[in-house]
Amino acid sequence: MVMENLAASSRTEAFPVGLRVLVVDDDPTWLKILEKMLRKCSYEVTTCGLARVALEMLRERKDRFDIVISDVNMPDMDGFKLLEHVGLEMDLPVIMMSIDGETSRVMKGVQHGACDYLLKPVRMKELKNIWQHVYRKKMHEVKEIEGHDINEDLQIRNGPEDFEDRLVLNGTDMNSVRKRKDVDSKEHPDQEFCDPATVKKARVVWSVDLHQKFVNAVNQIGIDKVGPKKILDLMNVPGLTRENVASHLQKYRLYLSRLQKQNEGRTFSGNMQSDFSSQDVSENFDLHNSTQTQQNGASSKYIYTNQKISEQGIAPDACADDFKGVVSLQVTDRKQALLSDVPDSQKVSGVSQLGVLLSFKDMMPIVDMKPLKPSISRHQPWNAGIPVVQSMQCPKHNHEHCSLFEDCSCLPKPDKEPQGFVDHFHTPTSLISITCNSEDDMSGLSEFNPVQTNQKSSHSKAISPMSFMTNPVSVQVDSGLSSTQDFGATCEEDGETNKKEYYYDQTCSGRIPPPLELSLKNETDLASLPEELQLCSLQGIGCFENLGLNSMEIFQYNDSTSAIEVYSNWNDGLEFNCDYLYDSVDYPMIDECLFA
Amino acid sequence: MEYSSLQRQVAYMKKRLFDQGYLDEQFYQLEELQDEANPNFVEEVVTLFFRDSSRLMANIEQALEKCPQDFHRLDSFMHQLKGSTSSIGALRVKNECTQFREYCDEGNLDGCQRSFQKVKREHAVLKQKLKAYFQLLRQIGPTERATPPGG
Repeated sequence: MVMENLAASSRTEAFPVGLRVLVVDDDPTWLKILEKMLRKCSYEVTTCGLARVALEMLRERKDRFDIVISDVNMPDMDGFKLLEHVGLEMDLPVIMMSIDGETSRVMKGVQHGACDYLLKPVRMKELKNIWQHVYRKKMHEVKEIEGHDINEDLQIRNGPEDFEDRLVLNGTDMNSVRKRKDVDSKEHPDQEFCDPATVKKARVVWSVDLHQKFVNAVNQIGIDKVGPKKILDLMNVPGLTRENVASHLQKYRLYLSRLQKQNEGRTFSGNMQSDFSSQDVSENFDLHNSTQTQQNGASSKYIYTNQKISEQGIAPDACADDFKGVVSLQVTDRKQALLSDVPDSQKVSGVSQLGVLLSFKDMMPIVDMKPLKPSISRHQPWNAGIPVVQSMQCPKHNHEHCSLFEDCSCLPKPDKEPQGFVDHFHTPTSLISITCNSEDDMSGLSEFNPVQTNQKSSHSKAISPMSFMTNPVSVQVDSGLSSTQDFGATCEEDGETNKKEYYYDQTCSGRIPPPLELSLKNETDLASLPEELQLCSLQGIGCFENLGLNSMEIFQYNDSTSAIEVYSNWNDGLEFNCDYLYDSVDYPMIDECLFA
Repeated sequence: MEYSSLQRQVAYMKKRLFDQGYLDEQFYQLEELQDEANPNFVEEVVTLFFRDSSRLMANIEQALEKCPQDFHRLDSFMHQLKGSTSSIGALRVKNECTQFREYCDEGNLDGCQRSFQKVKREHAVLKQKLKAYFQLLRQIGPTERATPPGG
């Protein structure tokens, strides 16, 4: 914790000093110049001459960079493609560069998600201000979360210009947010940054379920006639805004178009969808707190898919490396049990409730688990045996996969940058990073470390280990998630067989952990749990999706027993990439999370 | 005296390079980047440029000899080269590159070949001039190098 603080503060001392930039350009001369320029701006620069290598680097550690600057024309990979990948998988701001300033090119860049397009020769003054893109992104996220979280009625609009408005709108919310922030501020001295954001951002997490709804709606309407409003209406998910759908749709479209081009006859979507449907995910992840939780039905199953657990702050002792395997949990239980307001989560001390068995045997190393940091810090009391939600980041290597989830995976919010800013931005997520080691190692998971600890450190500490109770929680590992394997196969976007590029591959060499059966047991306890428990089923990969959604859920895992109680704070931050799981704290509801 | 004379020479040389359109604004940018941490920054960058651009040009030359012509590929190479020239402000070379690409768009092989010869020539001339420039600069010494008095 202290370390994190130090690290954080030193880095954030005078934002944007120390901004971590990754520069990708095949031209060595430009690479040298840009590096020098960025250094002069007091940024931390990493250069890379190959897009592929850059992607590897990014995937390897999602929170390693704050922003990416890339050339458009590169021999090994089209810059736009890289842009897409980064946007989907890591959700980092990407700036494009080119000597070609043709409108069509620039437009293409913007369409693909570039937050800026610079013309070569690039001047230093242009580079000086790139930090604004990082900041802006954070702002947006916070706003989103806040809006969702605190006030369903608040209309969160995406767009920097709305920021001011939003702040006003969210004024009341901010108060509550502020309170929490205060708590956090102790731990995160360098919060000055967050102020404006105040916002904890409630990230909309596109859970599998939600994504499925989305896809269903799109298919129903017809991809050609589809529009955010129509989809929104069809989906009928309270709390979901048109903007959420719009941005998701955009990504989905990109994904589809890319698929078409690649078109290897993968039936990815088909697979995924079928997988999902088979999951019987009855629960849709409510974006709102409590209200939605009602949906649980007898089978409130949560499919937990983690493709990759990106650990950000994996349990203190456990390094992300320890995390392995994919755990798919299917928690069947009354949802209500799981629902609980954030504040109530504290009650969840009795972890016994949710028995979620997570068997992480053969778990692949988790790529990185994003600890949900800030949220934890806020809820100090939660630390008391309250499990931390971990945000796992699932590598988005699978674009296809991502698309299935509606970018679930692809949208991992790149945790990376949040890391640095976590402190600043009080990420409310109460997600706790959980490092799940193989079953054998489970014992290692002892307590839950408050997210806060993780906040600061970029990845070292994950939230404290989940303790998995061996109660009869049946977690079904969706081994059917062959999709994950598909992911691996489909990872290569370029059709390159070098799967290595996908960290996904790296982490899970295609092994699928044995299915786990988890069944929630104690409803009562669940009641205290945060409302949504979103689980994504990942197969074979030991990734935990961020389970952090509002309420914290405690995962208790006993070595002896296979049942694991899962208390996860399914904050909105639940996403594969959980970058932004923070902010969940204040929002009892779970945002759409992107499952990777 | 000797130094200041050298400085004057260097300044004059540089001015001519700019006046004659061999270099543009970007070169000044490079000079501004030079500092104590990288006292030879400009020269290093220029060296890097010539090395890389020579490689690119060899590729283009090879591609030009192929038959049938792959204009798309040629254009792509030239695009790279053009981007590279913009890094040090090699204006004349850059202009020739633009011309080449126009011929490429037209599918005008002959035009491409002629244009490429020009590119090569400009490239060689610039290389020579800058070489002389840096040699002179080195004689001056690091301290004076930073800002030679205006000639």
